Amino acid sequence: MSDIKVKIGLECHCQMTSLKTKLFCRCPADYRGKPPNTNVCPTCLGLPGSLPYLNRRAVEEAIKVALALNCKINRRMVFYRKNYFYPDLSKNFQISQYDYPLAVDGQVTINVNGTDKVIRIKRVHIEEDPGRIVYKGSIESSPYTLVDYNRMGIALLEVVTEPDMETPTEAKAFLQELRSILEHLDVSDGSLEGSMRCDANISIEGGSRVEIKNITSFKEVERALSYEIIRQRNLLRRGVQVKRETRHWDEVRRVTVALRAKEEEMDYRYFPEPDLVPIEIADEMIKKIKEQLPELPATRRIRLVKQYGLTEYEARVLTSDKHLADFFEKLVSIHGNPKIDCNLVINELLRLLNEKNIGVRDLKFTPLEVSELLRMVDEGTISWKSAKYVLRKMVETGEHPRKIVEIEGIRRIASIEEIEKYVDMVFEKYREDVEEALREPKVVHKLVGEVLKETKMLADPKITFQIVSKRIEKLRELKK
Amino acid sequence: MTAKQIVKLVLTGSLSPVDVVETYLDRAKKLNPKINAFITIAEEHARRSAEELEKRLKKGFPGKLIGVPIAVKDVISTKGIETTCASKILKGYVPPYDATVIRRLKAEGAIIIGKTNMDEFAMGSSTELSAYGPTRNPWNLERVVGGSSGGSGAAVAARMAPIALGSDTGGSIRCPASFCNIVGLKPTYGTVSRYGLISYACSLEQIGPMTVDVNDCALLMEVITGKDCFDSTMIDYKFKWTPREVKGLRMAVPKEFFGEGTDERVANRVWDIIKLLESHGAIYEEISFPLARYVLACYYIIAMSEASSNLARYDGVRYGPPCDLSLPWYDSYSKIRGEGFGIEVKRRIILGCFALSAGYYGRYYLKALKLRTMIRNHVLSILKSFDVIVTPTTPFPPFKIGERVEDPLALYMADVDTVVANLAGVPAISVPAGFIDGLPVGAQFMANHCCEDLLLTVAKCIQDETNFHTKVSKEVRL
Repeated sequence: MSDIKVKIGLECHCQMTSLKTKLFCRCPADYRGKPPNTNVCPTCLGLPGSLPYLNRRAVEEAIKVALALNCKINRRMVFYRKNYFYPDLSKNFQISQYDYPLAVDGQVTINVNGTDKVIRIKRVHIEEDPGRIVYKGSIESSPYTLVDYNRMGIALLEVVTEPDMETPTEAKAFLQELRSILEHLDVSDGSLEGSMRCDANISIEGGSRVEIKNITSFKEVERALSYEIIRQRNLLRRGVQVKRETRHWDEVRRVTVALRAKEEEMDYRYFPEPDLVPIEIADEMIKKIKEQLPELPATRRIRLVKQYGLTEYEARVLTSDKHLADFFEKLVSIHGNPKIDCNLVINELLRLLNEKNIGVRDLKFTPLEVSELLRMVDEGTISWKSAKYVLRKMVETGEHPRKIVEIEGIRRIASIEEIEKYVDMVFEKYREDVEEALREPKVVHKLVGEVLKETKMLADPKITFQIVSKRIEKLRELKK
Repeated sequence: MTAKQIVKLVLTGSLSPVDVVETYLDRAKKLNPKINAFITIAEEHARRSAEELEKRLKKGFPGKLIGVPIAVKDVISTKGIETTCASKILKGYVPPYDATVIRRLKAEGAIIIGKTNMDEFAMGSSTELSAYGPTRNPWNLERVVGGSSGGSGAAVAARMAPIALGSDTGGSIRCPASFCNIVGLKPTYGTVSRYGLISYACSLEQIGPMTVDVNDCALLMEVITGKDCFDSTMIDYKFKWTPREVKGLRMAVPKEFFGEGTDERVANRVWDIIKLLESHGAIYEEISFPLARYVLACYYIIAMSEASSNLARYDGVRYGPPCDLSLPWYDSYSKIRGEGFGIEVKRRIILGCFALSAGYYGRYYLKALKLRTMIRNHVLSILKSFDVIVTPTTPFPPFKIGERVEDPLALYMADVDTVVANLAGVPAISVPAGFIDGLPVGAQFMANHCCEDLLLTVAKCIQDETNFHTKVSKEVRL
C-alpha cells in the first residue's frame, strides 16, 4: 500500500450536543430516546408558513471550534438553502452554508507514530441535521420506510479538510484529534450515538476522486478507507479506470457500494436563505470568545509532560480523549504518583475500556475509588498483579475496591511472621530440597516458588526470598 | 359598516359580537355561491369566538378589534381551520398553529369569519387559478376580481366581511383592491411578521390590510405590525399614524407607468387623483423610470426561484394527500406533486429550478438580484427628492374571466405597476380612483421604507374628497 500515493480528505459532521435547543427553533436538542416525532414543532417539521429563527448560541459555539482549528472567521456569514428531495428532510431543502461560511483556512496538527503532520482545514460551517429514516428490519426487507423528525434541525458543525491525509491511520488520527478538541471545548460529546459522522474523499494516484458517504462513526472511517484503497488498487492493477463517483459505506457488509456516477451528481441549486438575514460577527465577539477558550489538547499535552514528567507518548494517549485525561489528572490530585497513575490509566484502564467498548464516563466509579485501589498497593495490602484483577472487577461491577478485596479474599501477605509460617511448612515438606539448597544456591528459588504456591501467590515475593535466603544461610552456618 | 364603527357599537353595548358575526355570516353564506370569495366559511369557529368574546367583554378586557369579523386569505395559517392555499395539494391540511398576525388579531378581539379564495399559492393576478374555481368580481360577475388576494378583495367589496387580510408578493393585495374599489396596503418589508404565511417568495411578500376605508386600514396596521421573534427578517417598527394635510407633498409621476401598455382611461383616472391632490397643495413632477422595462423579468425570476424551493416540501409525507405506499418514495412524490399542483404553480417551480441550476444561476438568479439592487436604489433615490411615487395600480381595469388565463405573459402584465414596491421593499397603497364603465380603478402610491403614515395621509385626502369608497355594487344588495 505504501508505494502508491493516496490522498484523503474528510468532511466531518458533528452535532453541537452542548446546545439546549435546535438550530432554527426552540425544540430541545436532546432528541435521543424520545418516542418518534414527539420532539418537533412547526419549524423543524417544515409545516407550511413556518420560519427558521437562529439559535445564536450555535454561532458562538461554532466560533469556538473555528478558533481552536486556527481558522479565519468571516465577519459576515450567510445561510444558504441546499435543495434536494429526501424523505428525512422536512422542507426538502437543508439550511446550510455555501459562500460566506463561518470560517475558512485553518489547520490541525496530528501525530502518527511519533511524527507530526499538519492537516489543513478548508472550511467550517453550520447546518441543520436531517431527520432519521427508520426501516422495519433491514433496508431490503422493509415493506415501508418510516421517518422520525426528532433529529431534524439539530445544529451540526461541518468541518472540511483539504486532501492532506495519506493513510487511513492518519484519517483516524485526525478524527481523534478533532473529537478531542470538540470535547475540550465542550461543544460536542462524541460518545453519543451518531453525534459524529463523516464523508470521505479518496483518490489514489492514477485514479479519480471517489466520495464515500454514510460513515456513521469515526471508528468506521479507517475500515471504510482501507476497503476503498484495496478496491481502487485492484481496479488499477487490472487496468480498469477508477471512475469519479459517490459510494455508500455499508457498515454491515463492510464494503462500499456505488451510489451515483459523476454525470448523476446532484445539482443542489444553492441560493441564499431568504428567511434568514446575513449574520454579522463582530470583532469584539471573536475576541471575547478567544479569551474564554479553554485549554486545548495540544497545550494540555505540553503541560502534562511538564507538570507530571510524563513522556510525550503518554501525554498523547491521555489527551486523545478529554475524559481520560481528566480522569488521570483527578487521580493524580488524590493519589499523587504520576508515573504509577498514568500507567494504570493508559495501560490497564484504557485496555479494559477498549475491550468492553465503553467510554470513561460509562465507568461506575471515580478516580477516588481508583486511588483507594492504588493505596492498597502502596500499603502492601495487595500486589500490583492483584490490583489489575481488582480494577477489572471494578469496571465490571462498579464495586468499591476494598469490598472486592474483602469478598474475594485477595490480599498481599507481607508480614514476616506470617510468611515464616509458610516457610516452616515448606522446609518441613521439602527436606531434600533444603539439603540441596545448602550446597547449590540456585535451589533457593525453587523453595521460594513453593512458598508462594502455598500462599496462593499472595505472599510478597521479595520478602519471601529474603526470608528463605536468610533461613538457608542460618542452616549453612549451623552445619559448620 | 366599518370595523371602527363595529368596535364602537360593541363597546357601547348596542351590538354584541354574536349579533355582528351572525349578520356577516348570513351575508357571506348568501353571497358566496355568487361571488366565490370564501374557500371556507368558518361558521362554527366564528360563533364560538363571538361567544367567548362576550364573556371577555363582561370581564372588561376588550380589544382594538373587539367583535370585528375578518376574512383571512387562505395562505395564512389558522389553528384548527383548514388552510389550503387554494391548492389540491393542501386539501385537508388543518394547521396546528396560528400565524403571528392571527394571534395578534385574536388578542385584539377580531373574529375569523372565513378563509378566502386566491390564486393557488398566491401565484396569479386574477384569482382564476384556484383549485376552488375563480372568484367573481362583485362589480361585474363576468369579470375577474384581481389577485392573488381576490377572495379577500371580493369579501370586503361585497361586505361579507368588514375587513380582510391579504398577502402581497408582487401586487397581490393592491391589484384586487384596485379591481374591487377598496383600500389595500402592502406594508414595508419586515414590518409585519410572516410567521404562518405560507411562503411563495419570502424575500418579496408581506401580509397587509384590505379594507373599505383608510381608518380601518390604519386600525388593522396597528394590530398586525411589530416585531416577532419567529420572523428573522423583521425590522424594529411600530405603526403610528396621525392624519395631516397633504399641502407641500411632493409627488413623482414616472411617465413609463402611464404610457404604452396602460389603458388611457386608467391613466386619466389616476391623473384626476393627482390633480385633486394638487388642488390641496401637493406638487408633482413627471420623472423617468428607465428600469421599468426590466421590473417584471427581475420580479418573476426571483419569485419563481424562491418558490421552487419553498414549494418543495409538498410531498405528501407530512400533510396533504397521502403517499402511495406501493410506489418508491420518489415516484410517490412525483405522483402527488404532479396531481396536486396546478399548471401555473408547476410552470413557476420548473422555471425557478432552471434559474437556480448550475450554469444558469449567474445568468438568471444572480443577475436578477443585481437588478433588484439597482431598482431598489433607483426607487430610494427618487424618494430622496419626493415623498411619494404615483402610478396606476394596474395598467387596465378588471378583465373578463378567461380572457388572459391561457396566456401567462398577458397575465403577468397585470403586475407591472406593483412589483416595484416589492422589489424595493417599500410600502405601497392602492386607493379607489373612480370607475370606468362601472368597473373600479385604483391609484397606487409608494413611499419610503416605514412611511406608511404618509401613504395613509394621501389616501385619506382622496377618500374624503371623492367618497368612492362608499360606493357598493348593486350585485351584492340583499
